[in-house]
Amino acid sequence: MKDKVPRQSMPEQPPAERVRNYKEVPLGYSDETARLEASRCLQCKRPTCVDGCPVRVDIPGFIKAIRDGDFLSSIRVIKMTNSLPAVCGRVCPQEEQCEKLCVLTKKGESVAIGKLERFAADYEREREQLEIRAATERKDGRVAIVGSGPAGLTAAGELAKMGYRVTVFEAFHSAGGVLVYGIPEFRLPKAIVQYEIDALAKLGVEIVLNRVVGSAGTVNDLMSEGFNAVFVGTGAGLPLFLEIPGENLQGVYSANEYLTRANLMKAYKFPEYDTPIARGDSIAVVGGGNVAMDSARMALRLGSKKVHLIYRRSRAEMPARVEEVHHAEEEGVLFQLLTNPVRFIGDEKGRLKAVECVRMELGEPDDSGRRRPVVMKGSEFTIDVDVAIVAIGNGPNPLIPRTTPGLSVNKWGNIVADDESMKTSRKGVFAGGDIVTGAATVILAMGAGRKAAMAIDTYLQTGEW
Amino acid sequence: MCILTIPLPCPLDEGDSDKGFVKLKAIALQCVRILIMGCAVHYIRLNEKISPNVGKMIVDAPDVARYRRPGQFIMLRIDEYGERIPLTIADVDMAQGTITLYYQIVGKTTENMARLEAGGHLKDVAGPLGHPTEIKKFGTAVCVGGGIGVAPIFPIAAALHREGNKVIGVIGARTKDLLILETEMAEVSERLIVCTDDGSHGRKAFVTEALGEIMAAEKVDIVVAIGPVPMMRAVSELTRPSGIKTLVSLNSVMVDGTGMCGGCRVTVNGEKRFTCVDGPEFDGHQVNFEELMMRLNTYKDEEAVSMREHKCRLAEVGHEG
Repeated sequence: MKDKVPRQSMPEQPPAERVRNYKEVPLGYSDETARLEASRCLQCKRPTCVDGCPVRVDIPGFIKAIRDGDFLSSIRVIKMTNSLPAVCGRVCPQEEQCEKLCVLTKKGESVAIGKLERFAADYEREREQLEIRAATERKDGRVAIVGSGPAGLTAAGELAKMGYRVTVFEAFHSAGGVLVYGIPEFRLPKAIVQYEIDALAKLGVEIVLNRVVGSAGTVNDLMSEGFNAVFVGTGAGLPLFLEIPGENLQGVYSANEYLTRANLMKAYKFPEYDTPIARGDSIAVVGGGNVAMDSARMALRLGSKKVHLIYRRSRAEMPARVEEVHHAEEEGVLFQLLTNPVRFIGDEKGRLKAVECVRMELGEPDDSGRRRPVVMKGSEFTIDVDVAIVAIGNGPNPLIPRTTPGLSVNKWGNIVADDESMKTSRKGVFAGGDIVTGAATVILAMGAGRKAAMAIDTYLQTGEW
Repeated sequence: MCILTIPLPCPLDEGDSDKGFVKLKAIALQCVRILIMGCAVHYIRLNEKISPNVGKMIVDAPDVARYRRPGQFIMLRIDEYGERIPLTIADVDMAQGTITLYYQIVGKTTENMARLEAGGHLKDVAGPLGHPTEIKKFGTAVCVGGGIGVAPIFPIAAALHREGNKVIGVIGARTKDLLILETEMAEVSERLIVCTDDGSHGRKAFVTEALGEIMAAEKVDIVVAIGPVPMMRAVSELTRPSGIKTLVSLNSVMVDGTGMCGGCRVTVNGEKRFTCVDGPEFDGHQVNFEELMMRLNTYKDEEAVSMREHKCRLAEVGHEG
C-alpha cells in the first residue's frame, strides 16, 4: 500500500543552532529515505506534475530511477531538460508547481519532488560523478549570452550541448547572477553554484567576467564582433524603494545591497573580507517575498537581536514560499503583518533610529485579486531600529535597453519578447528571465532560457526571423 | 577582449573546481576549452606615489581602454578579500590597452593598492561605467578640481580643450605637497589658477574665490567641479545666482556600480537617482549635498576597524604600519 508511506521529511539544522552559522538549513535525504519517498510516486501514465514544471522534467522517470536505487540514471533523466537541478531542488517553489499538481495532493501530501531532485543532484556532485555530454557535432554560429544568472546559464548550457560556440558575459567578478549575489549561503551554498558553472565551462562555454555589456561595448558591438545571436538575461537589477521620507538615512538598505554585501562580497566575514555591512541590534525588513525572508534571516545570523518583518498584507498574501516563512518564524523573526512603514526617523547625525508604521486592514480585492490593504486611521506607532532593509522588488536594469537601438521595452522598462521564441524587436536578439517578466522565480527564468536556446537554434539554422 | 586560454580551471578562483575535471569521462580533452577572460590579467605597468597621499597606477584593461570616454569610472577589486571600489579613469592608452588611475590613500583598500608593484596585478577591473561627460563646444569652460578631484577633472578638461573650448583650470589643495597634476592641467588649460589653503604654492585661497573672480571678469558658459563634497556644494552655490551650467561628479558609496544595489542613491531635483547608472555627473544646482555628505559617513566606524586590524596585521608581519 504505497499511500501508507508518509511524505518523508528532510532533517534540518535546529533553529537555535543554525542562526549562529551560515550553513545550509535542510541537510538532505539519505539513500534509504530517498528511495522510500520515491516509492510514494504512483508513476502516473499521464503525469500532471510535469505540466507544472517550466522546464518539463520527466518527473516520474527520475523518481522511478531513485526508487530502483539507480541514482545516477535519475540525475541523467533530470538533466535532459534541467541544467541546474541542485539549484532547482533547493529554491524552486515546488508547492506552486509540480507538487501542486501531483495526484497525491488530492488525498494528502504530494510526493516531495523537489527534495528528490536535490537528492539526485547532490548524489552526483558529492560522488564526483559528473558526466559531460558534449555536443557530438559542431554547429556554425556564435552566441553571446549577456548575464550569467539562471536564464543565461540555462540558455548557454542548452546551446553548448547543441554544438554552438557560446560566450557568457558577466558584469560581476563571479558568475551566477542572483544565485551568488542574492540567495544566501544558508539557502543555496555557493560551492553548488560554482559546480554548475564549472560544468558549463567543461561543456566548452566561455565565461567572461567583469564585462558590463551595454557599457563596455553594446549589443551592436557584440554583433559586429562576430556573434550571430545575442541572448539578454540581465535580470531585475534595479532596486525599488518605498519612496517615503527618511529612506536615504544611514542604515537604510535595499535588499539587493544588503544581500550583495553579505553574499557576493562576504561581508559576514568582515574584517577578514574588507566589505562592511551594518550590524544593527534591531532591524526592520520591509516586504513579504523570499528576498525579504532571506534578508531577515541573514540579519539574525549577522547578530541582530530583534528582526521585525513588516508586511502590509496578511500572511495568506505573502509571496514568499511557505517553507521560507516557516524557517524565518522558527528562527525568531518577528512578523509585523498588516503593517506599513510611513517614514524612517533619524538622529542628528543622519543615522536611522526608528521606523514609523501604520496598521492596515484588508478591503476589497484589487487588480491582482488580493484584498487591498487600507490604512487604519490613527494607528501610527514606531519601532526602534538601527537598520532597515527594503525588500519590495526590483525593476529592470537599464544598461542594455538604453544602449540597444531598436529594442522595444514596455512602460516599466522591461524588454518586450515573444512568449514562446523569446525574440525581441531586434533581429538576432533574444531576451528572457526577469528582464522580460519583472522579478519572478529562478525556474521561470530557466524556462525562458531554454525556450530561447531552441529558438536561437532555429534562427541560426534557417536565418529566418 | 583579453583572452587567456589555459587547460585547467582558473587557478585564482575559489573552490574545488578541478574535482569534476579529473573525473571527466571519455571526452576528448582537447575539445574542452576553458577560457577565463577578464581574470587576473590586469597587470600593473606602473604604480607610484605622486603626492604623500595620492597614487598613480597604470594597469592593463584593454576592454575598458577601448570603450571608455571621459567622465567614466571603473570598479576594481585588488584581491579575493577586497572591496569593490569605484575610481575614475583618468586616461587611457588604446594601443597599449592600459588605463590610468589616481587614488587617494584613505583606507585599507587604497593603502594596499599603494603597496602593489609593477608586474603584479589587480584581481578585477570592470568598466567603463557611468555616463560619459557631454563633450561639445560650450565656449568658455572653467574646470575646478580640488584635492584628488583634480584626477577626474583632468580628462574632462583635456577633452573640452580638444573640442575647441577655452578651458580655464582652477585646481586646489590644502598644501603644496598635496597638489597633483599641475603640469598636465596647465597643458590643456588656456590659463591655470593654482590655490592652496596655506599659500604654500600658488594663491592662498579657496578655489571658489578664484572661480568668483573669473566669473566677474568674463562670460563663463560651463563650470565642471570635482572634489570634496563641501567644495562642489560651494561652487554650485556660487554659480547658482547667475544660472551658469554647473556639473559635479559624485563619489557615492557603491557596491556593484551597475545599478544593482542602490547604495549610491542621491537626491537630485527632489528625485532618487543612482550615481552609477544615472550619473556620476549631475547638475550641481539640483544635488542634495547635505544628504550625500551624511550618506558618505555610513561606514566610518567599520572603516576604522578595517584600518586598525590591517595595521595590526602588518605590524605582526613586520611591515611598516
